[in-house]
Amino acid sequence: MKVLYFAWVRERVGKPEEEVVPPASVATVGELIAWLAGRGEGYAHAFENPRVIRAAIDRAHVRADASIAGAREIAFFPPMTGG
Amino acid sequence: MTVRLQQEPFDAATEAAALTRGRSDIGAVVTFMGICRGDENGEPIAALTLEHYPRMAEAEIARHIEAAERRWSLLGVTVIHRYGRIVPGEDIVLVVTASSHRQDAFAAAEFLMDYLKTRAPFWKRVERASGGTLTGSWIDAKSSDDAAADRWVKPRGGREAAE
Repeated sequence: MKVLYFAWVRERVGKPEEEVVPPASVATVGELIAWLAGRGEGYAHAFENPRVIRAAIDRAHVRADASIAGAREIAFFPPMTGG
Repeated sequence: MTVRLQQEPFDAATEAAALTRGRSDIGAVVTFMGICRGDENGEPIAALTLEHYPRMAEAEIARHIEAAERRWSLLGVTVIHRYGRIVPGEDIVLVVTASSHRQDAFAAAEFLMDYLKTRAPFWKRVERASGGTLTGSWIDAKSSDDAAADRWVKPRGGREAAE
């Protein structure tokens, strides 16, 4: 699946997007965050406080307990500051 | 409905006129512009840079316009949100709502702005002008903006709750 990062999540991870293949045991958005956090120093920094991370699956907001089954595009970002 | 994300400035009067041109059923137009201030938490800033998630931002704004159209009697809505580098005094966002009577246009414009602040995927980075060197940081989300958006979820006056 394609994973996108925005704002300081993108800066800490060090890239705007990538293809990832998480193990089958990773079933939810929250589990994907925990798995990504283990991929290196930048990831660990980006996801050090999972409670502030917002997520979207296929461009719709989702909560941490949402299933990632069938997701094509998952985005992670800080709370939004538009308007 | 019109939703545009763009780097260029917009002209609010032109957009409002486009909503009402050739129509006689519209009795009220509310135009809200959000403008880049020259300070953030009392510190002068050089500019804001807005990052966004392009396709999601358009879809999310359209979804909230549809929610507003279900809740109020609207005869036209235009939302324009800029991205990229914006200096103090420049416009950032435009919401124009049109209705037969003013109450619906006022309420829908406020509803849309409250949701844009907290649910539309945009992030502001501030460039501070301090000591001749530029330092940047991301603006934190404000709990007051969350509270402003949350108040629309509560049923008011028997109207249906927002999604």
